[in-house]
Amino acid sequence: MSKFYSSVTKKIWMSFMGLFLMTFLVVHLSINLLLVFDPTKNLFNEASHFMGTNPFIQLFQWVLFAGFVVHIILGLILQIENWVARPKGYRLKAISEDSFFSKYMIHTGVIIFIFLSIHFVNFFLVAKGFIGEIPKIQIDGKTADDMGALVIALFQMPYYVVGYLIALMILGFHLDHGFQSAFQSLGLNHPKYTPFIKGFGHFFAVLITLAFMSIPLFIYFSK
Amino acid sequence: MDLKLKIWRQPSAHADGKFVDYQVHEISKDASFLEMLDILNEELVNKGEDPVAFDHDCREGICGMCSLFINGRPHGPDNAITTCQLHMRRFKDGETVTIEPWRAKPFPVIKDLMVDRSAFDEIIQAGGFVSIATGGVPDANAIPIRKQNADLAMDAAACIGCGACVAACKNASAMLFVAAKVSQFALLPQGKVEAKERVQKMVAKMDDLGFGNCTNTYACEAECPKEISVTNIARMNREFLVAKLS
Repeated sequence: MSKFYSSVTKKIWMSFMGLFLMTFLVVHLSINLLLVFDPTKNLFNEASHFMGTNPFIQLFQWVLFAGFVVHIILGLILQIENWVARPKGYRLKAISEDSFFSKYMIHTGVIIFIFLSIHFVNFFLVAKGFIGEIPKIQIDGKTADDMGALVIALFQMPYYVVGYLIALMILGFHLDHGFQSAFQSLGLNHPKYTPFIKGFGHFFAVLITLAFMSIPLFIYFSK
Repeated sequence: MDLKLKIWRQPSAHADGKFVDYQVHEISKDASFLEMLDILNEELVNKGEDPVAFDHDCREGICGMCSLFINGRPHGPDNAITTCQLHMRRFKDGETVTIEPWRAKPFPVIKDLMVDRSAFDEIIQAGGFVSIATGGVPDANAIPIRKQNADLAMDAAACIGCGACVAACKNASAMLFVAAKVSQFALLPQGKVEAKERVQKMVAKMDDLGFGNCTNTYACEAECPKEISVTNIARMNREFLVAKLS
């Protein structure tokens, strides 16, 4: 792989894909939060219906899918190359890192991938009609899937909620390093702006994690 | 002061190595770390044993020859110094000190604590120079250079190529070294002329030699004896991106 793409090229693509996936998280979160702001779940179902039927979104979901694939494959290649670069490790290794979670990107990444796979089966494949059945509702006189009911049913199960919260915490760790790292890899480092980027990265990771966490907690405790 | 030493011993590049325990006694706290190893070696030679091989040269922190991974850190427990500038007062009486060689695939062990760092020379040979005609030595102010850039170039040029960045990096990445060398030229008018070719060639050589990828952990900056900043890595990424796109 190094023969075709340099280490810097791979890191640049990794950064672009990471930032792209972060924008997806923001969109995903804003739709999910509709379940908190509108407990009748009408707004959420309308948004889900739009996301599931709009032609542009249908096309763009393949771009998103490609983003995930590139990010995951590059992450694995980079990690394997990094392991190969030090065949024999140290007996004693002191910690001298600035970005703590950078040490665990592969570990948090693998956990997020497992979470994503479960998420994909539980929601995406159900929404696409491959498995299970979803209750129907009427939106503007047309029959649509009651995605809100599907989400609420899953968030009634305590073990599912706990698993979801743990996965989100891991996602937060991944984002905490990923945000500022993406800017550094793209060469966007400046004495004036980098402290803000680093600070905002921590804030973004906490915000995304807590906001996503609020949804299952709200649904579980308001049943 | 008395110390217990755990030292990596490896007779040759392809032989198996292992940690061997030694004891040194009545070491002055004002002795340097390398002087302590000299004392150990003198004792080993007097006993007819093979002395511990370790790299050293100027012993004043400017040549980049000394190395050693001491108690889990390159160049030992102090920041911003090389092993030759480390003194025994930084250790406690009776302490166990673990000494290992730099560990990275492109830095194979030659013997004991000595590693072959010629991979860095190969990276420099790939593009870490100016080959355009720059004429004779000009007057000091003949070429206007922004003070900030001159300072940044000088900071980058402070890299002594010791390899502590590679040793400290969890991925054995050489990005800080290469970035410092790319930056010291890219920031100055004479170096800018070949900047695009230079960054691409040096990165390609770094990858070919088998160094790891940078994951922006910044352990390199924390352990660099010359405090080379990771902003140089961002500059190199920027130079690389611009070179690829233009």
